[in-house]
Amino acid sequence: MSTIGYENWAVDLANVGAVYPFQGWEVLMVIIGVLFWLGWHRIQYVRESEHLEKARKMGDKERVEKALDRY
Amino acid sequence: MDGNLNALTTVFTEFYYWVTVVFMFLIHVGFCMYEVGASRRRNHMHTLMKNVMLIPLVTVTFFFFGWWIYWAFPSFPFFGGLNSEMGDPNLPWSPTMGTNLGDRITGVFWAAFLLFSWTAASIVSGSVIERIRSSALWLHAVMIGSVWWIIDAAWGWHYAGWMVEKLGYHDAYASGVIHAIAGGYALGVIMVLGPRIGKFAPDGTPRDIPPHNPWMLAIGIFLIYTGFWGFYAACNVPIISPEGIGGQITGVTWTATNIYLAPTTLSAITFNFLMSLSGGLMAAYIVSKGDVFWTFSGGLAGIITASAGNDLYHPIQAMLIGAVGVVIVYNLHYWVERRFKLDDAVGAVAVHGYAGVVGLIISGFVLWGAPSSPFEGYAAINPIGQTVGAVIMFFVLGFLPGWGLAKLQSMAGALRIPEEVELQGLDYAEHHAYEEAKAEVTAANKAYLAAR
Repeated sequence: MSTIGYENWAVDLANVGAVYPFQGWEVLMVIIGVLFWLGWHRIQYVRESEHLEKARKMGDKERVEKALDRY
Repeated sequence: MDGNLNALTTVFTEFYYWVTVVFMFLIHVGFCMYEVGASRRRNHMHTLMKNVMLIPLVTVTFFFFGWWIYWAFPSFPFFGGLNSEMGDPNLPWSPTMGTNLGDRITGVFWAAFLLFSWTAASIVSGSVIERIRSSALWLHAVMIGSVWWIIDAAWGWHYAGWMVEKLGYHDAYASGVIHAIAGGYALGVIMVLGPRIGKFAPDGTPRDIPPHNPWMLAIGIFLIYTGFWGFYAACNVPIISPEGIGGQITGVTWTATNIYLAPTTLSAITFNFLMSLSGGLMAAYIVSKGDVFWTFSGGLAGIITASAGNDLYHPIQAMLIGAVGVVIVYNLHYWVERRFKLDDAVGAVAVHGYAGVVGLIISGFVLWGAPSSPFEGYAAINPIGQTVGAVIMFFVLGFLPGWGLAKLQSMAGALRIPEEVELQGLDYAEHHAYEEAKAEVTAANKAYLAAR
């Protein structure tokens, strides 16, 4: 048994195509990949909104002026 | 791979594109340095993170759908349906989109196009620094990098694209398909986003916001120049036989071609790359009176202006076209800034967008009547086709989608950071965390020393 479909390389390479594991499950892998991508955006957006809200309230006038002087 | 010659050609082509991809990575390194150098100290980390994280986001989406768009859309939707014969092998679940010993080209060719996608997204990233939300920019990066530019590539940068066939559109090294579209897209976004606080005086006079580190900016742009070599090489097919092209070329002489499979040479584009870079630098130095930022950017604008026709120009033509482009671009930038109160933080709209448009129009005149393709029945290169092409690239596929998405984000309150955060700087919270962590560990160490 081999996840890539070959248990040894005693083959004519002219007849070899895909050699990645779990061939036949590509559509499922794409679905998982797309969910990972969309989920990332969602998590990032929520965290950024919280961060900006917190940062908005952090600076007193003196500290903001210091930040401006830093350029 | 039947026969040794075919095997050698395939392996050479595989290695060729791989090398271009490594070179093109330097474009992104350069953009990062350029953006960070141009930003103010209090925004460094966010500026850097914004540009770095577009790499994975554009990469995965270009795998999921961007690459398929290129192969499925050459005629779609105006002159035919989706091309499933070319599109299907490039769907993300296709066996050729993975480790496959029967296909050595798809991966490296995909990557070469992907690096163009990063560039398109990174161009937009530069113009919006110091006030856009990262989440907003990253959505724009996905749209320009994995949707809009690759649609324009299918239409105008593909041997079977309808713009090439019907308009005679010619854009060998992407004046329009990368630079005009990205510049137009950036313009659409900054129109909605608005300028940075302090950019304009109360009477509307624009203020200069100088880069905090001109050296970093200079090294950044030199890295972009370096990566641009790889970009040029990646725009070519390195070696192909007339039989492999299957067009009108007769005889048995193998050649390099541009993306349209029309003949050119690496030597030609090396002449023209360097001469247009030189023309751009020289003109920018004169017109900006030696301004560092504009002189360096002018070199880039010179190359971009000449890029549409750099497969065929004479080197002196490339030099002069690069110089003329820079003069137009420089003046247009300041006119637009004063007239419309737009804050393009790194001059990306001008250097990429205007230069791309100007380059396309000029090439229509200089290359008037030259074949756009080796295939029969294609329109020849002409000024009208190039001008229409420039409008499609800059305005239809660039400006409108950028403006539209930015407008939606603005309406949802998800485009711009709060004013208080902009004044404090985006790194403000991190700066506090850094100071507090430093104070805490220093106090702990002193306490340890006292207890010994």
